[in-house]
Amino acid sequence: MELTISIILGFMIIGAIYALHAKDLLSAVMAMGIVGYGLVICFLLLKAPDLAIVQIVVETITLVIMVAVVLDSTREELAITLDRRAILQMIAGFIVFAGLFYFFILAIEHLDPLGAHTLRMSETYVNGAVELTGSVNLVTGVLFDFRAYDTLGEAVILYTAALGVLTLLRIKGKK
Amino acid sequence: MEGMSTIVKRVTPLLAGLIFLYGIYIILHGHLTPGGGFAGGAIIAGAFILLILAFGSSALNLKKEVAGSSNTESIALLMVVVLALMALLFGTKVFFFNYLPKGEPGELLSAGVIPLYNIFIGIEVAGAILTIFLALVIFKEESSK
Repeated sequence: MELTISIILGFMIIGAIYALHAKDLLSAVMAMGIVGYGLVICFLLLKAPDLAIVQIVVETITLVIMVAVVLDSTREELAITLDRRAILQMIAGFIVFAGLFYFFILAIEHLDPLGAHTLRMSETYVNGAVELTGSVNLVTGVLFDFRAYDTLGEAVILYTAALGVLTLLRIKGKK
Repeated sequence: MEGMSTIVKRVTPLLAGLIFLYGIYIILHGHLTPGGGFAGGAIIAGAFILLILAFGSSALNLKKEVAGSSNTESIALLMVVVLALMALLFGTKVFFFNYLPKGEPGELLSAGVIPLYNIFIGIEVAGAILTIFLALVIFKEESSK
C-alpha cells in the first residue's frame, strides 16, 4: 500500500510542478485538479472515507470556481523578469528549503512506521467513543462531542467567509 | 452567465434531485456511516451549483436567492449555538453537552444531539457555499454590464 501511495504522491508532485510552470492558466488549474483528486485516492487508501467525501466535493466546487475565474479574466501567465531581487529571493528560499529538509531527515528516524503511531488520548477516543457518545461513526463522535468547539469554529469561519465575500464583492449599494 | 445546451438542461434536473437526496442521506446517517454535516452540506450546495451552471443566472432572481441562502445559514448557525446552550436547561453546565438519551448505538435515532448538530451544520455549510457562489455570480453579472 505504501508503494501505491508513493506512486500517487509522485503524480501529485508532478501535477503541482506543472501547475507552477504551465504557460496556459487553464491547464494549470486542471493540473491542480490532479493534486486534489490524487489526495482523494490517498485518503481512501488510508481508510479515511469521511475526509475523502469532503475533499472530492470541495475540490470539484473550487475547480468550477477557478475555471470560471480563468475563463473570465485571462488565460496567459504573467511574464516573470529575473532581476537581482528575484535571484536573492530564490537563494533565500533554497537555503530555507535545505535547512527544513535536513531537519526532516533528522526527525523522520524517530518516527514509528506509517499507521503505527497512536497517542494515549486517541486510544481512549478509539476505545470508548461509542459508549461515551452513542455514535457508531467515530469521526462524527469526535467532531460533535469531544471536539465540538472545533466544529463550531469551523462553521463560524465558513460563515465569516460568506459574509466577507458578500461584503467585498458588492458593487451597487443597498437602497 | 448563460445556460448550457438543451441536452444538459434535460439531464441536470434528473441528476440534481439524486445528488440532493444523497446529501440528505449523508447528513442524516452522519453518526452511522462516513460523512456528516460538512460533507452532506457541501454535496447539497453542489446540487444547487449544478442547477445554476446548467440553466444560467437569468433563470432565477439572484438577489432574492442570495438573501435566502444567507438568512438560512445564519439561522442554522444560530440554531447550533442554541442547541449547545439548551444543556443549561437540562441541569448541566457544560457547553456542547450530549443531554438527550443516547439510545441503541447503530440505530438511526441514536447518539443524542449529534444528529441534530449534523443537520444544522449541514444546512449552514450548504448555505455558506451557495452564498459564496451566488455572490461571485452576481459580481460577474454586475461588472459585465
